[in-house]
Amino acid sequence: MIRVHELTKSFGRSRVLTGVTFTVAPGEAVAMWGPNGAGKSTALRCVLGLLRYHGDIAINNMDIRTSGRAARRLIGYVPQELSFYDDLRVREAMRLFTKIRRVPTSRIAQRLADVGLTGHERKHIGDLSGGMKQKLAIAIALLADPPVLLLDEPTSNLDAASRREVLDSLIALRNNGKTILFTSHRSEEMERLANRVLTIENGVIVDRRVVEQSKKCDSTPDELGSTRLQSAPDHSRPLRDARTVPTPSTNGVTP
Amino acid sequence: MTSAAISHPSVRLSPGHGGAWIDLHVLAPLVKKELRDTLRNKWIVLYTIGFCVLALGLASLARASADMAGFAGFGRTAASLINLVLLLTPLMALSVGATSLVNDRERGMLSYLLAQPVTRTEVYLAKFIGLGLAMGVSILVGFGVSAMALSGASDAGLFVRMTALAFILALSMLAVGMLISAIVRRSGSATGLAVFCWLTFVLLADVGLMGAAIAFRMRIDTLFFVALANPLQAFKMAALSSFGASLDVLGPSGLWASTEFGSALPVILISSLVVWTVAPLLAGWFIFVRRPL
Repeated sequence: MIRVHELTKSFGRSRVLTGVTFTVAPGEAVAMWGPNGAGKSTALRCVLGLLRYHGDIAINNMDIRTSGRAARRLIGYVPQELSFYDDLRVREAMRLFTKIRRVPTSRIAQRLADVGLTGHERKHIGDLSGGMKQKLAIAIALLADPPVLLLDEPTSNLDAASRREVLDSLIALRNNGKTILFTSHRSEEMERLANRVLTIENGVIVDRRVVEQSKKCDSTPDELGSTRLQSAPDHSRPLRDARTVPTPSTNGVTP
Repeated sequence: MTSAAISHPSVRLSPGHGGAWIDLHVLAPLVKKELRDTLRNKWIVLYTIGFCVLALGLASLARASADMAGFAGFGRTAASLINLVLLLTPLMALSVGATSLVNDRERGMLSYLLAQPVTRTEVYLAKFIGLGLAMGVSILVGFGVSAMALSGASDAGLFVRMTALAFILALSMLAVGMLISAIVRRSGSATGLAVFCWLTFVLLADVGLMGAAIAFRMRIDTLFFVALANPLQAFKMAALSSFGASLDVLGPSGLWASTEFGSALPVILISSLVVWTVAPLLAGWFIFVRRPL
């Protein structure tokens, strides 16, 4: 579904990504893990076609450079922090994106309900808390029911309770067949949401791990109440229940 | 997939980074959003109120002098409004245009919008159309208020011509502003550059032209065409000629132009404003679709 091959990105003389290669299969959730400044968000922005880059990126076999609109129709994007017109009301923002995505406005109520924003339709975006903005971004991303979700630190602005809610929703979406590529530095998200984890440091993938499926079963939404939440960012801690997979040779694409 | 995959009418403008297609179904809501946001913008509201107050003041003065001199009408007020338009409209259009893209870029809104199935061309064009319509509303309100203040004495044709000319001037300055916004990275720099451009068009160009005319002993025709390079001069000449005033008030070059071009002169003057709209708009678009965010 997502294919990234030899992605290299520089800002001026500063190289941010070097030869990053990976794929995300349909229905798979892949995490890009690493410290701040590692290049995770830049990679995500390249996948969205927002930045120029060297290499190849395709969404469902469509080159993001030449078929940008068609490829982005397949993508729902949740930024690290929703930056949108503060004086726009929640319902107005949703209506705008239903028009852009060409979906019926009747979906708005359901999507807001899905993320727990029912009753906030008339609020200005500027009056929403960080967590509510994040939920709104998720609601907008899901408006057109896209098969691919790109999430940039999806729970970074949320408190523990909201984080659990959002993570539950994302796990449910993954279980329903959504393809998810997300960045994070929270080990909890890796363990519960990701099928595979790509560790990025200094713009290079330094480790690829598959998260054990048995643990994925433990993290189904029905049993979340017993899941321990890891509140502090913990990039350095090795992932529990994960095993290292061989790093692909040269330009090999990880299946 | 869902209805997102439904086929839709689109216009191919030209190829470019991120695709340069224009989908009218995407363009329309973006324009609507820009128009609504701009009309809510406090600066636009202030400009409009300021324009109305000054226009009303000019209308009152014109009425008072008409009572004494024995003639009245919108034409007299319109003549006074030319100078008001020359000062306020470029300032409003340049500043709004210059901050349009750069503000969105700084706040991260541009990235978020471009992460949707839209093209940069659509975002750019929607901004121009939305802002242009908001300018139009502002100008229409300003002229409308002065016309209403002179109810019974208004020359409808002249009112329409003056409003249309002011609107074209606003579009040209908006296009220059958007070019600034496509080039500059910070809103502070964009505003500074917009004010500098405004000063150049309003003041420095006139002073420079006078100096150059004396220093280089310019021929009259050269002087006229150099003056045309300033969109504000083109507007002034077009506005004056639109209500039948003799262009000899602009000096020998105005007189030469009216004798030389006759009835074609308004077309030449408006063409200058159109070029001042299209050229910076295209240059800004070219930069915007190719430049990294």
